[in-house]
Amino acid sequence: MTIPGQPSASPEPAAPLLKVEGLVKHFPITKGLLRRQSGAVQAVDGLTFDVRPGETLGVVGESGCGKSTMGRLITRLLEPTAGRIEFEGRDITHLGVAGMRPMRRDVQMIFQDPYSSLNPRHTVGTIVGAPFRLQGITPEGGVKKEVQRLLGLVGLNPEHYNRYPHEFSGGQRQRIGIARALALKPKLVVADEPVSALDVSIQAQVVNLLDDLQEELGLTYVIIAHDLSVIRHVSDRIAVMYLGKIVELADRSPLYTAPLHPYTRALLSAVPVPDPARRARRERILLKGDVPSPISPPSGCRFHTRCWKATEVCAREEPPLLTLRPGHAVACHHPEDGSDSGARGAVT
Amino acid sequence: MTTAPAPAPGQPPAAFLEVRDLRIHFPTDDGLVRSVDGLSFRLDKGRTLGIVGESGSGKSVTSLGIMGLHTVGQYGRRRARISGEIWLDGKELMSADPDEVRRLRGREMAMIFQDPLSAMHPYFTVGAQIVEAYRVHHDVDKKTARKRAVELLDRVGIPQPDRRADDYPHQFSGGMRQRAMIAMALVNNPELLIADEPTTALDVTVQAQILDLIRDLQQEFGSAVIIITHDLGVVAELADDILVMYGGRCVERGPAEQVFRRPQHPYTWGLLGSMPRIDREQTERLIPVKGSPPSLINVPPGCAFSPRCPYADVPADGITRSERPELAPVPGTDRHHAACHMTHEERARIWTEEIAPKL
Repeated sequence: MTIPGQPSASPEPAAPLLKVEGLVKHFPITKGLLRRQSGAVQAVDGLTFDVRPGETLGVVGESGCGKSTMGRLITRLLEPTAGRIEFEGRDITHLGVAGMRPMRRDVQMIFQDPYSSLNPRHTVGTIVGAPFRLQGITPEGGVKKEVQRLLGLVGLNPEHYNRYPHEFSGGQRQRIGIARALALKPKLVVADEPVSALDVSIQAQVVNLLDDLQEELGLTYVIIAHDLSVIRHVSDRIAVMYLGKIVELADRSPLYTAPLHPYTRALLSAVPVPDPARRARRERILLKGDVPSPISPPSGCRFHTRCWKATEVCAREEPPLLTLRPGHAVACHHPEDGSDSGARGAVT
Repeated sequence: MTTAPAPAPGQPPAAFLEVRDLRIHFPTDDGLVRSVDGLSFRLDKGRTLGIVGESGSGKSVTSLGIMGLHTVGQYGRRRARISGEIWLDGKELMSADPDEVRRLRGREMAMIFQDPLSAMHPYFTVGAQIVEAYRVHHDVDKKTARKRAVELLDRVGIPQPDRRADDYPHQFSGGMRQRAMIAMALVNNPELLIADEPTTALDVTVQAQILDLIRDLQQEFGSAVIIITHDLGVVAELADDILVMYGGRCVERGPAEQVFRRPQHPYTWGLLGSMPRIDREQTERLIPVKGSPPSLINVPPGCAFSPRCPYADVPADGITRSERPELAPVPGTDRHHAACHMTHEERARIWTEEIAPKL
């Protein structure tokens, strides 16, 4: 099958580091004494994408679109309901805790909130050294020396080894979280909103740090964020999610300059721009209402309830994610380039 | 913010709202926290002032100070120490009787809080809370007040307002709660509206809706609005004037157009350089501000920004580290002020040659 997002013109068919097919996660809602299932939160509903070695895949969407659930599924902190996750060609979809443990060296996570993701009773040395202890690895030169090297790597003072998290500011704590994620030299780092809890001036420091580390260590990132400007800055390819589905997946510049999905266009137009002169003349698309509940998502295209281009077919049929241009996949019956679903058969 | 000569202390000003030398200090076990340390500004009716700063720069404390909320329910040693003058529509609030301020609060000045879930009472319906806010200030029966509440909910764009008024806050989505919060703030037609991070908890598409709503409502009611945020994009959307705060003080203020086009203070440059911009060409790297915001207990001597400022050594004799720069008008501009030791020429040169091309 065709893998959306894979540029057909790409000369090197580099094996993807992570391959996700039809990933589904439904959280059951139970009712009554017998806990009968009365419904499900369809947090993630059929995601297919892959992550190539060395690239940064940005995932963006509004709250409740399932982007964090997606992050927890590919790191296997959650058990998928259906679908398949392959890491380096190996199926990890249903591996248990023990089965996953060797994989944990290669897949690490950076969390959003640097206040709740660090144990307040542990020193920085214990926190950053924990991965070695858990994996039973003794790095060259001992754990302490390695931890101090990591602290230096993320721009902290190695002498702060014995301090506790509360002695650090938000930005420094996020650096501790990053040092911990990098301890085992992972191949893939999943960062869930790595900068959204930080101040603007600190955000830039952490974004630059992630950039430098990628270059230095050859990391592959999946960065999940709601901030479109941050995502544009860090990502090579971007997936836009809406209600548990990917609606558009494309390389960075085509996505921002010529988005094909109406939702992407609306998102981009809603970003406030720090330039008062542009306030008057910019074209704004205001979406009506809120994101519908993922418990009973709309039929057909999930965006049709808020879409200004929606027609009858949108409510009836779900648009598949199709590669309309090389490296640019979109799930829409009426994409922005004017090619409608009827004419689309010829394109793909 | 006008350049008219300031009336002598104790004299009522011409502006609708004028804050003079506001200081709000909190005694704690670790020392005195100087959250706001000498802040002055003016605001006229029908104008919007954007206060920008990072967490801990004193922007929220300022807004609560104007509302007179620091003096409520605090007694003894822990009581916040507040000085300065706040003039609202010719009345001085700081020395006024607390009961008088209470009558103004909600009626003449109202506030939109950041997190509507914690600002609303979970035990009462949204309608009941708006009705209460109205009946506190107006002697009307419940039926009239409810009609007013439903009318307001309708105005802020809540579908089926008559039915939704009987819902509890948790039954509303984030954006709707924020709308309800705005309805509650507007129910008494306040002349001063303070919005403290009104969209921080919201998604971009909803944020755009709320910003539009605030703008429309301001035009409709002609009130003065203070919008407090850390997001330069949000102030650029709404504000006529901008005030940049750092370490409890104002470092730069002026008309929005000028602050964005010719920013004067290195901290404002830093904020602009830290933001990835969606409206510009992709840059390779962001230009962060090094270090982290200062502790408000030990504010650095001299210019509070000097430890993080890349140009701290440009002015002669290390003056930035020993002497605090005062807010001075920027030559050749109208109402634009900055607190920096560098000369205007130096700042203009650095901005045009070093900073602006990299943004």
